[in-house]
Amino acid sequence: MSILIKGGRVIDPANKIDAVLDILIVGDKISKVAKNISAADAVVIDAKNKIVAPGIVDMHVHLRQPGREDKETVASATAAAAKGGVTTVLAMPNTQPAIDCVENIELLQKIIKKDAKINVLICAAITKDRQGNQLNDIVALKKAGAFAISDDGSSVDNDDIMLQALQAAKSAGVLMICHCEDKKLSQKGVMNLGFNSTRLGLRGISNASEYKRVSRDIDLARKANAAVHIAHVSCRESVDIIAAAKKKNIKVTCETAPHYFSLTEDDIVDYDTNMKINPPLRTKQDLAAIKEGLKNMIIDVIASDHAPHTENEKAIEFDRAEFGKIGLESGVAVSIMELIDKNILNWSELVEKLALNPAKILGINKGTLSVNADADIIIVDAHKEFVLEKNKIVSKSKNSPFIGRKVKGLVEYTIFNGKIVYQSK
Amino acid sequence: MAWTRKDLLGLEYLNKEEIELILDTAESFKEVSTREIKKVPALRGKTAVNLFYEPSTRTRVSFEVAAKRLSADVINIATETSSVRKGETLIDTGKNIQALKADIIIMRHNCSGAANILARCLDISVVNAGDGWHEHPTQALLDIFTLKEKLGRIQDLNVTIVGDIAHSRVARSNIWGLTKLGAKVTLCAPQILIPVGIEKTGVKVTSDIEEALKNADAVNVLRMQFERDEGAAFPQQLDYYKRFGITEERLAKAKKNILVMHPGPINRGIEMSSEVADGSHSVILEQVTNGIAVRMAVLYLVSQAKEAKK
Repeated sequence: MSILIKGGRVIDPANKIDAVLDILIVGDKISKVAKNISAADAVVIDAKNKIVAPGIVDMHVHLRQPGREDKETVASATAAAAKGGVTTVLAMPNTQPAIDCVENIELLQKIIKKDAKINVLICAAITKDRQGNQLNDIVALKKAGAFAISDDGSSVDNDDIMLQALQAAKSAGVLMICHCEDKKLSQKGVMNLGFNSTRLGLRGISNASEYKRVSRDIDLARKANAAVHIAHVSCRESVDIIAAAKKKNIKVTCETAPHYFSLTEDDIVDYDTNMKINPPLRTKQDLAAIKEGLKNMIIDVIASDHAPHTENEKAIEFDRAEFGKIGLESGVAVSIMELIDKNILNWSELVEKLALNPAKILGINKGTLSVNADADIIIVDAHKEFVLEKNKIVSKSKNSPFIGRKVKGLVEYTIFNGKIVYQSK
Repeated sequence: MAWTRKDLLGLEYLNKEEIELILDTAESFKEVSTREIKKVPALRGKTAVNLFYEPSTRTRVSFEVAAKRLSADVINIATETSSVRKGETLIDTGKNIQALKADIIIMRHNCSGAANILARCLDISVVNAGDGWHEHPTQALLDIFTLKEKLGRIQDLNVTIVGDIAHSRVARSNIWGLTKLGAKVTLCAPQILIPVGIEKTGVKVTSDIEEALKNADAVNVLRMQFERDEGAAFPQQLDYYKRFGITEERLAKAKKNILVMHPGPINRGIEMSSEVADGSHSVILEQVTNGIAVRMAVLYLVSQAKEAKK
């Protein structure tokens, strides 16, 4: 089968393309990118006035399967991903059981093979049951198919174990992803430490609980001469520390999430638990620093940190509610509104953060529209306004802080491996 | 002006006129408690439910007395003995009480914001009787009522609040209420017990008790809870009394008629000396009496708002 995408604005930063072109897909590969392609037997998609870009590579997603199928499954998350223009996800290992051994990787691989609608890559745990005490066999995890390792949701507190883990990751050739949080500092905090936490009477989480751990992990990475990727950067000090490390040519990359450049602690009015996120929504100054970091290429990647939780776990007291929000279906719109419309990034730069850079960091041949590349393509109406409605959420969980908001930027088509896996109409 | 809110969640959410309306209404209810027959029919046929997730005697009893003097039926639910123990959620508990056709839930909860969450899920009134570190609006209202009764005004009064501000809902409600009514508020505590950014509310902050008392018309002394595990910097009992305890010596250097208040229960010899607690500056028991009038006013106003919306 062939698909011909006609007349869209093609954004392909890997090939420095930002031009009105046609794209011909034959089978599961991109066959031709040029002006005025004609292909008699192809299904034609009119992309006039639309953005045509590589499918999003979201390197921070919680699929919840195995173990918490009440929150999300591989099937429901990948359907939500397809709706959000995401064609590759990196699945975080904090499931039940944690993805901390070859058997559990194989278990997840079976589910993926059966249920996934898009490409799912596996991030395995660094330590046994993500407890930070006993290093897993990183080489075996890599051989079994892990693309990265992380104890996401927790940081490895012990410096020695973290250093060994970095050395192991380096020799195994697998990416280390750091959840940077010093729990001695964040304690039982539930939101950003500041006037808002004082006003609401909630325990605060300081910026230091994040950036001190960012600083430590970068130091250890330098010592091990290993590459590290810092997950969900939320505060200004972390951006500064990463900027300084990059200047010294330390192998560090990082990601932020759309909520850190669209929401602040000021949005936690009336104890909305969908705004309870870890790391927490920070201040306006932090948000400005995140945007600046994106603009200055300090922050390489935008990832959703899609964290589904059931209504039971959210429609309760703020202190008791789970941390996290879903994000697969809102990332494109929020990024367009906050970054393109506000002139923080141009389209090529945005596509770099959403697709090309994460693909490079994960070492996969995605995130481009090169001829012969995998035909993972999205078509976006960047001007389409709509309201994010709860009953239209595809994800099994509905914990989005954007419900009811008017947003702009609709994914019209998601093509994965040459097949249309989502179509908005 | 007319009261329009079905709930009372905190003083942060009220404007000056609304606070004054509660105080004026309380003033007219105060007389009821001096009668031979201490009862008016204002809430006859209404049901008020005391839903207490935290142990409390004084606030619960005060609300119960207030509701009964308005002729409401009162039901007490202590969570130790209810289905909450069996894992029922706050919202489910609230909806069940609503299904019993109760009119008002008076709730004490250990989580900040619990009353806000409940109020937005229910049609019946929710009165916050203290939520976590967030607000304890009726306590602040009775403190302010007492101040106004004793000193004739709130505008331009110097009010000092001493103690664990960081973990105090009483402090937060007092700060909102007093600043809205034009008082000048000074907070005095060890640095670790001053919450981040509190000066944004317009208060002055000091760790020097003498300075804090110097021009004060009243000092509101908070209860210290030394069982809190807040780390090494948390003050020791004896040190605290030496540095911040309200004693006759300290009061001797303050304004002649300074009022001493305390939300109770008092830790004698920790927050203040026994002599001060029982002395001529103390209005602590009058606060308790005024608590009834203030709570009668609140219960009356929130049910009126409900009636008006019917």
